[in-house]
Amino acid sequence: MTVHARVFRNSYRDSVELMRIAAEIEGLGGITRAGLVMATPANREVLTEAGLLAEAALDAGPNDLVVAVAADDDGAANIALDRAAERLSGTEEGPTAGETRTSWRTIAEGVADLGGADVALISTPGTYATAEAFKALKRGVNVFLFSDNVPIEDEIELKSLAVSRDLLLMGPDCGTAILDGVPLGFANAVRRGDIGLIGASGTGLQQVSCLIDRAGAGVSQAIGVGGRDLDARVGGTMMLAALRRLDADPGTRVIVLISKPPAEAVARLVLEAAGSLKTPVVVNFLGGDPAVVRASGLIPARTFEAAADTAAALSRGEAISDDGTVGAPVDDDPFGSAREVAGPAIASLQPGQWRIRGLFAGGSLSGEAKLVLGWALGAEAAKAHEVLDLGDDEYTVGRPHPMIDPRLRNEHIVAAADDPSTAVILLDVVLGYGAHVDPAGALVRAIRDARQRAAQAGRSLAVVASVCGTDADPQDRSRQEAILAAAGVILAPSNAQAAGIAASIAAAATSRTEEHPRHTAIGAAP
Amino acid sequence: MTTEPTVSRLFPTDVRAVNVGLAMFAEAPAAHGATMAALDWRPPAEGDREVGLLLARIEDDPADRVGRQVGAANAEALSRLLAAQPLLLDVRPASEAMGLVGRTLLHSGPPIAWDRMCGPVRGAIVGAILFEGWAASAEEAEALADSGGVEFEPCHHHAAVGPMAGVVSPSMPVVVVENAAAGTRAHATLNEGLGKVLRFGAYDASVLDRLRWFRDVLGPTLSAALQASGPIDLRSLTGQALQMGDEGHNRNIAATSLFVRMLAPWIVRTTDTATAAGVLDFLRANDHFFLNLSMAACKSALDAAHGIPGSSVVTAMSRNGVDFGIRLSGTGDQWFTSPVGVPDGLYFPGYGPEDANPDLGDSAITETFGIGGFAMAAAPAIVRFVGGTAADALEFTRLMGRITLGRNPSYALPSLAFAGTPTGIDARRVVDSGIAPVINTGIAHRQAGVGQIGAGIARAPLGCFAEGIRGLAATLGITPGGATAAEPAAAVGSAATGLGR
Repeated sequence: MTVHARVFRNSYRDSVELMRIAAEIEGLGGITRAGLVMATPANREVLTEAGLLAEAALDAGPNDLVVAVAADDDGAANIALDRAAERLSGTEEGPTAGETRTSWRTIAEGVADLGGADVALISTPGTYATAEAFKALKRGVNVFLFSDNVPIEDEIELKSLAVSRDLLLMGPDCGTAILDGVPLGFANAVRRGDIGLIGASGTGLQQVSCLIDRAGAGVSQAIGVGGRDLDARVGGTMMLAALRRLDADPGTRVIVLISKPPAEAVARLVLEAAGSLKTPVVVNFLGGDPAVVRASGLIPARTFEAAADTAAALSRGEAISDDGTVGAPVDDDPFGSAREVAGPAIASLQPGQWRIRGLFAGGSLSGEAKLVLGWALGAEAAKAHEVLDLGDDEYTVGRPHPMIDPRLRNEHIVAAADDPSTAVILLDVVLGYGAHVDPAGALVRAIRDARQRAAQAGRSLAVVASVCGTDADPQDRSRQEAILAAAGVILAPSNAQAAGIAASIAAAATSRTEEHPRHTAIGAAP
Repeated sequence: MTTEPTVSRLFPTDVRAVNVGLAMFAEAPAAHGATMAALDWRPPAEGDREVGLLLARIEDDPADRVGRQVGAANAEALSRLLAAQPLLLDVRPASEAMGLVGRTLLHSGPPIAWDRMCGPVRGAIVGAILFEGWAASAEEAEALADSGGVEFEPCHHHAAVGPMAGVVSPSMPVVVVENAAAGTRAHATLNEGLGKVLRFGAYDASVLDRLRWFRDVLGPTLSAALQASGPIDLRSLTGQALQMGDEGHNRNIAATSLFVRMLAPWIVRTTDTATAAGVLDFLRANDHFFLNLSMAACKSALDAAHGIPGSSVVTAMSRNGVDFGIRLSGTGDQWFTSPVGVPDGLYFPGYGPEDANPDLGDSAITETFGIGGFAMAAAPAIVRFVGGTAADALEFTRLMGRITLGRNPSYALPSLAFAGTPTGIDARRVVDSGIAPVINTGIAHRQAGVGQIGAGIARAPLGCFAEGIRGLAATLGITPGGATAAEPAAAVGSAATGLGR
């Protein structure tokens, strides 16, 4: 038996509260008796009688609070005294029923409430985003930075800070990520698996993840790095960091890199780093030179679909062949398979209708469509067609993004129908969290309207679309496709194939248009 | 043979995420099992991007030179605040206790020139000049002030605090409070009660007579009693009063009663019966007598936490009826000011907000130390001043907990499960959250001498806290674009360029 005491000088506490704490610590293991009192002469006598007036408390006065315990051993005594100190320091208990806890305002509060955080999703106006990202990184929290209009100097500093802390700074202008199965920003509900994605493009990442899901494989992590990460000034900092992360992750067995063609020096850096990993890496540098990729010991993919199919094949354990391809030949030329689907549409077009009007919500999807048109029609011929990225800043000033609000694109669809040269309207339909609840439903109203106006002018219109999404998405890909199909939209399983079909229609229509004037001239001659 | 595929993991446990900005982004992660804190975010520093960046750059951060310094400085400031042990030692003339000599008058709030002073302060200054005999009439007193014949300085520059106008002249008796933990001393005049009083700018014969009685009778009597009783522990007394319905600023009836109970026997023992009766009658009739003691106690504690380089702890909040000023521990003698507004509150019959003077006095020193408005949970009786309920009182204290560094275990609040009062205002938390400190306050009539016309609560203006962050960042060599070249390179981001300004 041992008696210990601790004195809290000049600390007044009501006796009822002290007795409550005494009762609590008396109930602890190894404690036979406990007393908490203000050390008035009367109370000192009480302590003495109870055998609790330990040496430490001998000089305590009326303004001093004494905690004394009789314990089996020193350890038990110390635990009890610590518990009493904790109770006396008055950690506030949470709100009781019927009270409202005000919501937190700052990252500091949010992180504290969670007892530490893994990631902060920042979507404030760009002018404030840098400060918020700093605060998160300094607390050891990874950052998903959706905000745009963040100066590149800020991006450079934030990423250098993130790297020094072994944290991810995804963005700025990062549209999507999936971390440990949790979708951030505009992401799709895709199956979990062993394919890790790293992308400098939002809808490119979404398209690849959805096509991986469709191919029966799954995604381990999808890490967005922001559209400027492979800019020479940023130097691919975050793509390199993400590569290291995923290479170290035993749950990631295939890596896919997605970006526009980077600055040459950055491309070299990234490819070199990727080539030195133990994990196989599929590279989709949209429009980049496949030979450079192959030379680094990596697997090039021309389209998002090719990237997804190749990664899925690797995930299934199919071997890499000597020419750098994997599994069954990947359909890298969607143009070929498109002809039969396009046939009926071509037949109903009027002379003079030849042009593709691509109206895109996804920036990377519009970029891929342009590439495919170039491959299919030839670079020069492709220039005569129009592919607009309606999510570009040029169109979204003061208006919501077309992935959220279909009105802007719908106006463009109707306007395109009034142009007598329009043969094909080419669309992307992006599903997933954050996107419009029923993009297909919103589109078909505009498509019907467009068709009607064209019909009044004696024309028909071909509408080709692909749906970027999964059946598990809130909008349900199958349901969305059914809505589009019912409106006579030609559906392709991928964005690249949709562009291929559009090219096929345009090529046929163009050749007819070129022939037609001669027919007319001949027919009119007699 | 197949093995179970390893599930990919970036994080050791289920994802914990903070959502900052668009509310819709909080939904999908939560639906996929993430634990979310969805912030009710607003731009820090009322949208001042530069201050927001400065704030981010001086956040606590063990891996960064500045972040380490600020964190350690604030921990030190908090520990000094919690260690404070203010003792009432004596009541002496200001000339003696504070070395206040010559024609110098002290006033409340940050520095202000005579021609900018508000009505109640000007009235109090006239009264003090008359009391000291530097002029024979109010006109002469004003002329003396106009001619620059009197020096004006803030109480805060002389280890003193004064309620409302806060005017201190050399002959006035002041309480001498010493923080035994640090040796810092603070002073305050004796509280005059309500009605026509100098602190509201009144200076008629009854006011001057009372001041003379303070000088000749009350001050010496209290001094003699204190010498006999020995020092009075104001921390312990305040701790008890907070459990009896006081909050230490607008409600002082419990503390005053405890004080009188402790001192009365010593007053009776150390003076004649008639004097003792007069003094005790005065104390009995003045529910707010303890306010000035409470203020001096808080000042003695806060001064001990002042002057720690890098600390963002607020060591003074104060108003002169024109400006609201704050000082930070890490920015030395600088004041950061904003225009001060009229408090929200209830008015005595016949008065309204149009009669009110903008907020006035050093008494916000109590909130600066975590009592007053910060301890509203202790005083549901006065929550009516804000038209609120007892639940609102708890909420005010909780809200203040979000801008402070710790809790003061000496000031336990029964209604919040004996949590301590929120202590150590961190200017960074104020600017980041936009949660302004709550100040319980009396409302003065804008004309000198009319007196108190109501009471209520004021919220500190946020602008001076943003300026404080600017000032603190400057002492640390931090600009919105990062550390300046003159300072040793910060551990992080040193290779980066500026931030585009």
